[in-house]
Amino acid sequence: MSELLQFVFSGITVGAVYALVALGFTIIFNASGVVNFAQGEFVMLGGMITVFAHAAGLPLPLAALIAIVVTAAVGVALNRLAIEPARGAPVVSLIIITIGASIFIRGASQLIFDKQIHSFPAFSGDDPIHVLGATILMQSLWVIGGALAVFAGLWLFFTKTLLGRAVLATSNNRMAAQLVGINTKFVMTLSFALSAAIGAFGGVLVTPITLTAYDVGLALALKGFAAAMLGGMGNPKGALVGGLLLGLLEALTAGYLSSQYKDAAAFVIILAVLFFMPQGLFGRKSTDRV
Amino acid sequence: MRKTLITTVPAALIALGLATAAQAVIKIGASVSATGPAAFLGDPEAKTLQMMVDDLNAKGGIKGEKVDLVLYDDGGDANKARTFATRLIEDDGVQAIVGGTTTGTTMAILSAAEDAKVPFVSLAGAIDIVQPVKPYTFKTPHTDRMACQKIFADMQKRGFTKVGLISGTDGFGASMQAQCKDVAGDYGIGIVADETYDPKDADMTAQLTKIKNTAGVQAVLNPGFGQGPAIVTRNYHQLGIELPLYQSHGVASDGFIKLAGAEAAEGVRLPGTALLVADQLPEGDAQKPVVTAYKSAYEAKYNQPVSTFGGYAHDGFALIVDAISRAGSSKPAAIRDALEQTKGFVGTTGIYTMSPEDHLGLDLSAFRMLEVKGGGWTIVN
Repeated sequence: MSELLQFVFSGITVGAVYALVALGFTIIFNASGVVNFAQGEFVMLGGMITVFAHAAGLPLPLAALIAIVVTAAVGVALNRLAIEPARGAPVVSLIIITIGASIFIRGASQLIFDKQIHSFPAFSGDDPIHVLGATILMQSLWVIGGALAVFAGLWLFFTKTLLGRAVLATSNNRMAAQLVGINTKFVMTLSFALSAAIGAFGGVLVTPITLTAYDVGLALALKGFAAAMLGGMGNPKGALVGGLLLGLLEALTAGYLSSQYKDAAAFVIILAVLFFMPQGLFGRKSTDRV
Repeated sequence: MRKTLITTVPAALIALGLATAAQAVIKIGASVSATGPAAFLGDPEAKTLQMMVDDLNAKGGIKGEKVDLVLYDDGGDANKARTFATRLIEDDGVQAIVGGTTTGTTMAILSAAEDAKVPFVSLAGAIDIVQPVKPYTFKTPHTDRMACQKIFADMQKRGFTKVGLISGTDGFGASMQAQCKDVAGDYGIGIVADETYDPKDADMTAQLTKIKNTAGVQAVLNPGFGQGPAIVTRNYHQLGIELPLYQSHGVASDGFIKLAGAEAAEGVRLPGTALLVADQLPEGDAQKPVVTAYKSAYEAKYNQPVSTFGGYAHDGFALIVDAISRAGSSKPAAIRDALEQTKGFVGTTGIYTMSPEDHLGLDLSAFRMLEVKGGGWTIVN
């Protein structure tokens, strides 16, 4: 029993990390249909900037705030310098641009920061909480709480606010959105800033668990992308459930089957789900008027 | 007659030119991975080589001859390493090569160096580099097989016979996992659990719970590299596993204790080099002067802690310099012969005694068994 509970705790810890990354994908995807492969780099920047600001003597909360603001600015710059000039290009080209941007950010971070692995202290100490013979770290609860908070925030944003609806409208039909008076340029800028800020926020939360270095972004983005696809791209609920599900699948496979097949088993199940439900678990059925 | 003159004169001039070039400076080539995925290995190596050549020339070079270091950064790419090796040999005309940060880049340089008969001292771990012995290839780091042997010898001394393995799936972890399974029997040790993790994984509690619940397991060994072993050590502490935990020489650095946390790392043992415990070596230890000198010079110049990997480059360069001064010649063949006759040469990694059958020249005594106590490394006797 305690064994199963430990596997579940492990899965939730890892799953919440994936979910936070996956949630970052949703806004830009909803605004433009672009899957932003630089999302992992936003997570990395969040962690790395916090590490260096904290090492420079700033208190942790202030360091984290600076990291989130700076990363949001990087997101805006990415939109202004790389995505906007290519407006009108097919979505696939824009996705390729984000891959290029991720390589650029990774290379620049290697020069600006360093090539070492870093971490900063967990928010509430390193002592684990014992539940029925299994253990979980306080920091894992922070990550889970963070993922839930971002999820709730996004859900409110997209369903209850005019701005959120403007983002969805821009995604549906940019021209029509412009005609009804939505400032689509501002919507794009906002979506990149928010996505980057969510990524950086995730980076701040997960770094005490996963540790960070200039090159952690790619692996995080891939797992986060897989989680978002599993749950349904663009849907905050899908990102949350997809991330947790992926983490649980990995931990249970490692625990009961073999750790050698951990990643393989998870991806086989994702493929199976996408085979029967191509939109993911919670994805919108897309219908195109021809 | 006329024809002979035309061909002889340029040939003589070229010969003369080459002769003066060779006498003016000794050229040593290097290709290391100062950037790219192996940068944390190659960066201290490049810095060490640069520091040592500057230092050597400031002291007047080798018997009055200056040394010219031609340093390339292959970024961890084996294709680039091969191109740079060819350029070092054909264009730069170096007399010896040091480098090959990873096993992959080493293998690329190795074939070029062997073909051109230029001595090459590798800085990578794999045993295949010097086994079987290749005439012109040497290496300075001990092998992962030796690390396994050192660890199992320590376990044997403590009376452990059943060991759980948790290994990274990266090249380093996978290779050491295989070597450890191969030599465990020699020490009367059985592997009762064999788990793996991806080097980028964030949590290994599932694998560790499985090992913890394996009947009879007495100690756990984690062959791995980078952040994985730090996370394993944290999770080990989180789960409250009381069994002794052994890490590999791949994480023998102060950075590991910092990442894992002093509390979680307490009691972790691993085979490391003298460099890590420079100030704790007893007076009279043969390596003490060498490691102390290198550590203080490096840390003063670059303001960052010295690493085992930089130590490999230190030894590689020092071995070549030693061979050139003993040979009294900077001809590649003479350097090779002198390298092979290296006896009792004290480096940071260990004391090297090469032979025609052994182009590594280290034994298990080069490793010190270290234990984390109170947030720092101590030597286990």
